[in-house]
Amino acid sequence: MAVAAERTPGAAVDENLLVVRDLVKYFPIRKGLLQREVARVHAVDGISFDVKRGETFGLVGESGCGKSTTARLITRLLMPTSGSVVYDGQDISTWPERKIRPLRRDVQMIFQDPYASLNPRRSIGTIIGEPLRLLGIGDRNERRTRVREVMERVGLNPEHFNRYPHEFSGGQRQRIGIARAVVLRPKLIVADEPVSALDVSIQAQVLNLLQELRDEMGLTLVFIAHDLSVVRHMCDRIAVMYLGKIVELASGDRLYDHPRHPYTGALLSAVPAPKASAGRGRQRVVLQGDVPSPVAPPPACRFHTRCWKAQPICSEVEPPLESKGPRDLAACHFPLTDGEVDALTERSAE
Amino acid sequence: MGAYIVRRTLWAILLLLVVSFLTFVIFNVFPSADPAALRAGRNATPALIEQIRRNLGLSKPFYTQYWIYLKGLLEHFNLGYSYYNTESVKSEIFSRLPATISVTVGGFVAWMLIGIPVGIISAIKPRSLLDRIMMGGSLVAISAPVYFLGLVSLFLFAQGTGVLQWAGAAGSYVPITQNPGTWFNSLILAWLTLAAAFAAFYARMTRGNLIEVMHEDYIRTARAKGLRESVVITKHGLRAALTPIVTMAGMDIGLLLGGAILTEIVFNIPGIGRYAYDAIVNADLPAIQGTVLFGAFFIVFANLVVDILYAFLDPRVTYG
Amino acid sequence: MALLEIEDLHVSFKTVDGVVHAVEGVSLSLDARKTLGVVGESGSGKSVTAQTILGLTRFPNATISGRILFDGHDLLTMSTEHLRDVRGARIAMIFQDPLSSLHPFFKVGHQIVEAIRAHEDVPRDLARKRTIEALSSVGIPSPEERFNSFPHEMSGGMRQRVMIAMALAMRPDILIADEPTTALDVTVQAQVLELIQALRDDFGTAVILITHDLGVVAQMADDVAVMYAGRVLEQTTRETLFTEPEHPYTWGLLQSIPRLDAPRTGRLNPIAGSPPSLINVPRGCTFHPRCPYAPPPAFETEPALTPSQPGHLVRCHLPIEERKRLWQSLQNEHPALR
Ligand SMILES: Nc1ncnc2c1ncn2[C@@H]1O[C@H](COP(=O)(O)OP(=O)(O)OP(=O)(O)O)[C@@H](O)[C@H]1O
Ligand SMILES: Nc1ncnc2c1ncn2[C@@H]1O[C@H](COP(=O)(O)OP(=O)(O)OP(=O)(O)O)[C@@H](O)[C@H]1O
Ligand code: SF4
Ligand code: SF4
Ligand SMILES: [Mg+2]
Ligand SMILES: [Mg+2]
Repeated sequence: MAVAAERTPGAAVDENLLVVRDLVKYFPIRKGLLQREVARVHAVDGISFDVKRGETFGLVGESGCGKSTTARLITRLLMPTSGSVVYDGQDISTWPERKIRPLRRDVQMIFQDPYASLNPRRSIGTIIGEPLRLLGIGDRNERRTRVREVMERVGLNPEHFNRYPHEFSGGQRQRIGIARAVVLRPKLIVADEPVSALDVSIQAQVLNLLQELRDEMGLTLVFIAHDLSVVRHMCDRIAVMYLGKIVELASGDRLYDHPRHPYTGALLSAVPAPKASAGRGRQRVVLQGDVPSPVAPPPACRFHTRCWKAQPICSEVEPPLESKGPRDLAACHFPLTDGEVDALTERSAE
Repeated sequence: MGAYIVRRTLWAILLLLVVSFLTFVIFNVFPSADPAALRAGRNATPALIEQIRRNLGLSKPFYTQYWIYLKGLLEHFNLGYSYYNTESVKSEIFSRLPATISVTVGGFVAWMLIGIPVGIISAIKPRSLLDRIMMGGSLVAISAPVYFLGLVSLFLFAQGTGVLQWAGAAGSYVPITQNPGTWFNSLILAWLTLAAAFAAFYARMTRGNLIEVMHEDYIRTARAKGLRESVVITKHGLRAALTPIVTMAGMDIGLLLGGAILTEIVFNIPGIGRYAYDAIVNADLPAIQGTVLFGAFFIVFANLVVDILYAFLDPRVTYG
Repeated sequence: MALLEIEDLHVSFKTVDGVVHAVEGVSLSLDARKTLGVVGESGSGKSVTAQTILGLTRFPNATISGRILFDGHDLLTMSTEHLRDVRGARIAMIFQDPLSSLHPFFKVGHQIVEAIRAHEDVPRDLARKRTIEALSSVGIPSPEERFNSFPHEMSGGMRQRVMIAMALAMRPDILIADEPTTALDVTVQAQVLELIQALRDDFGTAVILITHDLGVVAQMADDVAVMYAGRVLEQTTRETLFTEPEHPYTWGLLQSIPRLDAPRTGRLNPIAGSPPSLINVPRGCTFHPRCPYAPPPAFETEPALTPSQPGHLVRCHLPIEERKRLWQSLQNEHPALR
């Protein structure tokens, strides 16, 4: 599984299914008599990353850091303010809706709230077959057969073809969402918090299903979650976002073993481990305060208002996202040292 | 907040301009009959009609006529003169205003004082006997037409005509300045009649809202911190349940004015509703136009007040 | 003697679909200065148990039986009027969604003042002063200004601090925290958990911490009860729960979470199937439809919650040695469980 991640970076463009460069999305805030734009939400503020064919690329970060906005930009449900999204060699960032439509066959999305994203008045057979119908694939019978096959594959009883979403549990609803996404055999799936609303036992079932489908169909997956252990479990490479920026990007294991950005370190240290010795013998970093508003993000390093390593330069010069070790990128003037990393994680205690 | 109020007010003014324009078009451009001929009466000579037409400026282009009309309206609140008795529509309306205000304000007070408490009592013990009786009664009140209720109440309770002779009869209206007691007595049946359907509807709405709110998480918090149940209901529950009702009431004031016309007719109260009714019967176009415009003004004004009030009541409203 | 003792609690609700057996024979006890963790999946009856302690489930469609002893009184039979003196003042509660748990139309300061004045006859300005102190001690910056904020003007973490401040202002004997961090980000969760720990350490407040996150339990709890379908399936110290769990459901939970503290694995080991209906509860052991070890008796009779060793209660038909052996082999298979 980690094969993709081990490939050398900077290889032929071909290797990348998705190339994102300097992507920006601002949402205007309008006020006053004339509804003038008085401010902007800096939802996504200049992010760049590549997603290789067949790899699972993770996006983590806290609420409001721009994960969903990124997802909607790369699936072109939103138009970027600036920057480019190159899918399979074509820059789709400014394509009009008409031109995008055929692309929908290749690029699908799975959403967090399975219920909210399923039309309650349609039977699940209709819901899952909808993408086929919209693109005019096959006749009625062929579509039916295909939907039944997919239902079977994601662990839904094909006999429930005519039931409605409310008759299913949360986990089953998420299977419906997944079935709808894979029925077209897409190349890229963007999953936005697909298991956040599920209980752990059900969450594990859905994660396994996603992994199986990915391996069977050779899918490329962009996987978004705020749960670090879930992202680590699923992804080959992971980008950590904070206030609309990527602050660190590394292969899965390296990110967890050697976080370089203080924010990543704080995130990892905040996750309590489910074992008896939890929290003992490690130095917890509890970040103070809240994430600042994305309307007026702090200048230079956006994390400096909460960073315990901050120096004067941090609020003056923005640290670029640059290499801090083999294949790791981090945006920090004073990246974590190995000693600090050991103190933050529990490894040293054992 | 200031900008919000200004914007709302500008909207209200724009709305009134549109209404004035529409009424002008409807009453001055569309009528098949010649207004001058209507004004001149049955046996008028063509010369007389022509003279009237000139006096009224009816031969001028349509937009000039509207401009003159609008100017008169804005400068002197000039609503024109009745075709029927040549009285100034403005002075007719103003002289009848106290009676109409008495009917509507009183009706509104009765509406709120009956509707909301009944709704609350029903909501506290849903599906109890009391709840069922009150909600059943409210269904009857909603479905009974105003004139029917009015006639029945006159038959049952009015002095002179009624079985019980408790309240003032039809046509007994006196201004409040003359004798407050008689004023009250003469209007009480009209108020109750007018308010019945609204109060019933609002009782049901209050009940529904309050029952829903009582399931909210913050109500559980209020109980969990040890507040008395009466405080939980009247403070935390009602505050949230009544806020949307304020908006509804603002929108329903228009209906109340409509009801007031019928009430004034049934109880023979010399108000604007009665005037509008007579105007319609007599095809008195300036009077109809004047009362329509006047009614529109009140509805728009009430909505404006409610919008602003709502922004104060619900802190989450963004003044956008 | 325990501070709070729940004995054989049953709570069911009549609904249009049938009777929901939300809590079926739960017994728990909480000592002063201790934290009791309650874990379990959605719908396992955690919240209903917690709310019943304060009489918040006394709905017309609810049937409640058992005993809840606090300070020598049975809270279940206590009149709502008397219960008011316990609510907030002696047992405080905070909830999962701090936005919907605060009244949207009242300033947060006022909501705390109200809680203080519901129990103590103190003048308004004194209550205000105490509120501001409480807000500042939960780390809310410029508390005088925040006193006048409405809930929607605050972040999720801040709102949960307000809820904790409300509890703290009364210095209760017990704080019931019902999934206090589920709606929060990890870094904010860490802040809130730290506050709850401080409350316990500084004032000796005992805590009932409801969560579905085993990590949170591992960090916070002294004792843990694992709930499933309205029942406690296993109850023991935190130490034992993670080193020698004996119930197949607990094993399932531990195996199905991806872990940061162990090397990546290929696939997770989910618990098969889906949570049971509480209207038609499975016969026999409620977990048997999903249990990989279900021996025949499990289909017929429900196992009792019996001690496998002092202080470790398990509700399972498997013989103790068998359970120990199975856990051993699971640990050998999955190094993360060690
Ligand atoms: N349509 C919109 N209009 C205005 N602001 C928006 C819009 N969509 C998102 N935002 C803002 O952009 C920022 C990023 O939002 P986004 O939904 O991408 O965050 P997220 O990382 O997915 O968070 P979460 O974990 O809460 O889902 C937030 O501050 C959000 O309020
Ligand atoms: N007032 C009520 N009427 C009917 N059923 C109820 C009521 N309150 C709770 N229930 C049901 O009782 C069961 C247990 O609910 P409870 O809220 O205790 O679960 P929980 O363990 O807290 O789950 P979660 O993790 O989702 O909060 C659920 O099936 C729920 O639907
Ligand atoms: S640049 Fe400075 S403030 Fe930003 S993360 Fe690095 S040390 Fe902290
Ligand atoms: S009693 Fe049987 S079915 Fe229930 S948990 Fe034990 S082994 Fe599994
Ligand atoms: Mg999101
Ligand atoms: Mg709950």
